[in-house]
Amino acid sequence: MKVSAIITLKKDVLDPQGKVIHQTLDGMGFKNINEVRQGKYFEINVKENDPSKAKVIVEDMCKKLLANLVIENYKIIETQ
Amino acid sequence: MKSSVITFPGSNCDRDMDVALKKFGFKNKMVWHDEKELPKSDLVILPGGFSYGDYLRCGSVAAKSKIMESVITFAKSGGLVMGICNGFQILVETGLVPGVLLRNKYLEFICKNIFVKIDNKDNPYFKNLDKEVFEFHIAHNEGNYFCTSDQLKEIEDNNQVAIYYCNNDGKTEEIFNPNGSLNNIAGIFNKEKNVLGMMPHPERMIDKSLSGDDGSLFFKNLINNIK
Repeated sequence: MKVSAIITLKKDVLDPQGKVIHQTLDGMGFKNINEVRQGKYFEINVKENDPSKAKVIVEDMCKKLLANLVIENYKIIETQ
Repeated sequence: MKSSVITFPGSNCDRDMDVALKKFGFKNKMVWHDEKELPKSDLVILPGGFSYGDYLRCGSVAAKSKIMESVITFAKSGGLVMGICNGFQILVETGLVPGVLLRNKYLEFICKNIFVKIDNKDNPYFKNLDKEVFEFHIAHNEGNYFCTSDQLKEIEDNNQVAIYYCNNDGKTEEIFNPNGSLNNIAGIFNKEKNVLGMMPHPERMIDKSLSGDDGSLFFKNLINNIK
């Protein structure tokens, strides 16, 4: 089954790419932005049909490789 | 003195490091990332480059390669492991040294000579160096050192900051910080000080006719310390 995970930078970590995107959007006329933070999205098709087991497997992947927990948080957003 | 330089797919400073180590008397071996066993070594080097195309996060894939299991065991048993540039990024991803390396503050790839201050000499790498300010070279996109405030306190309490960015007088002010690194940090030790990660490249400074000679001082001193 497919499991999706989102990796985001922690609150206090500087995100210069997010800042540039913010400034660019602002320059394009999107004046209503408070902040932009850039993250990563993974869609992983695991050999497991039980949603809770599949979620545990992907969580383990997030902890061990997909996210660096010093600067990033991960969130499993959906299983299907 | 025996050294091993690990080559990952995408490493590109491995041969420069090989030339530098041999020039100053090391018997160096190149070790492919897919090997399991580390040759008998007094020093292991993770060189600069772009291992695995910097996919996912710089150094994150190389940190999980086969040879790294042996390198981590070697480091944990007290062996000397030095990571330069991408090698430093690999070291932080293994957790052997604390912190992470973020994208440079101004989003530019920086390639230039810089000055660094080395005043932490109670370790096998810098012991007996008789000068403090060195001209090295940096070439990186992700060299912006970051760690949490708790980690920073621990790093400073344990005297783990190895190298600071500075000017030619050794002033470590923010304006001499090329990439936004926390407190101008350019290099870090593990607690035991047998593992060193640093962004600057001493191996690019071993020949006056090409660049500079400050790297020579570092390597000459290093081999004498290890003997």
